Amino acid sequence: MRIEIRFAGFGGQGIIKSGIITATAACIYSGKNAVQTQSYGPESRGGACKSEVVISEEEIDFPKVIEPEILVVMSQHAYNEYAENVKTGGIIILDPEMVPHEKELKNVRVFKVPATKIAEELGRKIVANIAMLGAFVAITGVLDKEAVKESIKVNVPKGTEELNLKAFERGYEYGKNLLKS
Amino acid sequence: MNQKRVILEGSHFMNGDIACAEGAIAAGCRFFAGYPITPATEIAEHLAQRMLEVGGIYVQMEDEIASMAAVIGASYAGLKAMTATSGPGFSLMQENIGLAVMTEAPCVIVDVMRGGPSTGQPTLPGQQDVMQAKWGSHGDYEIIALAPSSVQEMFNLTIEAFNLSETYRVPAIVLADEVVGHMWEKVAIPPAQKIKIVNRKKANAPSEAYAPFMPDDDLVPPMACFGEGYSFHATGLTHDEHGYPQTSSSEVQQKLVKRLCDKIRKNADKIVRVEEVLLSDADIVVVAYGIVARAALSAVRKARAEGIKAGLLRPITLWPFPENHVAKIAQQTKAIVVPEMNCGQLVREVERAAKETPVTFLSKLGEEPHTPMEIFEAIRRNS
Repeated sequence: MRIEIRFAGFGGQGIIKSGIITATAACIYSGKNAVQTQSYGPESRGGACKSEVVISEEEIDFPKVIEPEILVVMSQHAYNEYAENVKTGGIIILDPEMVPHEKELKNVRVFKVPATKIAEELGRKIVANIAMLGAFVAITGVLDKEAVKESIKVNVPKGTEELNLKAFERGYEYGKNLLKS
Repeated sequence: MNQKRVILEGSHFMNGDIACAEGAIAAGCRFFAGYPITPATEIAEHLAQRMLEVGGIYVQMEDEIASMAAVIGASYAGLKAMTATSGPGFSLMQENIGLAVMTEAPCVIVDVMRGGPSTGQPTLPGQQDVMQAKWGSHGDYEIIALAPSSVQEMFNLTIEAFNLSETYRVPAIVLADEVVGHMWEKVAIPPAQKIKIVNRKKANAPSEAYAPFMPDDDLVPPMACFGEGYSFHATGLTHDEHGYPQTSSSEVQQKLVKRLCDKIRKNADKIVRVEEVLLSDADIVVVAYGIVARAALSAVRKARAEGIKAGLLRPITLWPFPENHVAKIAQQTKAIVVPEMNCGQLVREVERAAKETPVTFLSKLGEEPHTPMEIFEAIRRNS
């Protein structure tokens, strides 16, 4: 089955990195087919940015996301742009600090993960994307937690592995608790 | 220096630009001169480090004109040489691409196409340089251009580009697009000894008898490189077999320019590569290349699932254009659909080869390539 995931926010948040970590986890550490594509503006920071991942047991012909099952969103702008494009029965995971204004959406499940706050508690706001990724793994179950952790280790800058894994675990726990409530 | 140790092998998850850079290294490329530009920057960035690891040379040049000149120089000094750019840089390289054609310097140019004209849309994909790849430099010539549609092909076709360039002593262009360049996918890299590598024919005549532009039967002259003991002249002016300018001889012009074209035209059957999917009974055929071919494949599968006999012909070599393949399917099929991320470029070649068979063009510009649904709708309308 083909699963489509969209990460969106603005440049500098690690949106593209989240997609690469997810796709690497699926492809290299879970034995599935995966492809990651991206779209960003000419600004390296601040511009609209999205990163898309397709995961499938079969060969992936079209590599772009058409209508995602899952939207992980870290900016109001991206939320406004993509919230209504999620497949019926799909999931939106958002950081309420970055997305203060929500729309009335039908037929999607919305999970609020204070990833920026979690990252700030760890002393580095920059790992908010990884906290978000932890929550994404816990909530959706599309990937094995250990596979994603292996992928984080090879995809984050050397020396930051521990901090990133900590952010991932915090996000993961938060996601698990959301599912229970 | 143990070079083998640092050549990649096995399965890797990487983006198309990096796969292209690794393909160049696997092909034996040991010289890169370039000027970084989105969306080809990662090729330069990756090779800046990797060239040093494999004992090669990386030069960041002042611009793309100089980059192309340096690549020709390195090729004549005996190295496999490459540069990588996007539309604006590709425009600047055109004059020296003509010099590479005229001096028959084997070299590879990677153009990761973005939206043009001019600086256009740097981070968005396009297929707008297809005709420029063929006709960008002045004068008559033939060139080779390959269009990858996956990250694996960014690796494979970069090697292929080097092999073809070395075989025919002609610039070979890897005509990629932003999506393929920036997309991350799995790449399987075979052991080095299993990768087919072609090297240029070396000069074997004694120095005094060597005519640098005297072709063999395949129309390609064996090549002496600077520093190998041969003394010869290479010029962008029309020249005879000895390399000397003949600027007023019609006969020499006729002979040289015709040979430069014929060494590709007459070997086109050996150069042309296509992928054919579900063509044998197809009533309607999509001709698509690069990233658009991936959407086309999805659309063809959807059409088949709904009982429409659709097929896909994917030109892997855009130049020389696979006109025999198109002519053949045009005789068997009722209609052809050509989706491209431009205002109509390769479709002109398809129309020319398809003759009476109706050809529908599907243009798309901007952020996203055609969706499978858009191509499917065109298949349905025309079937």
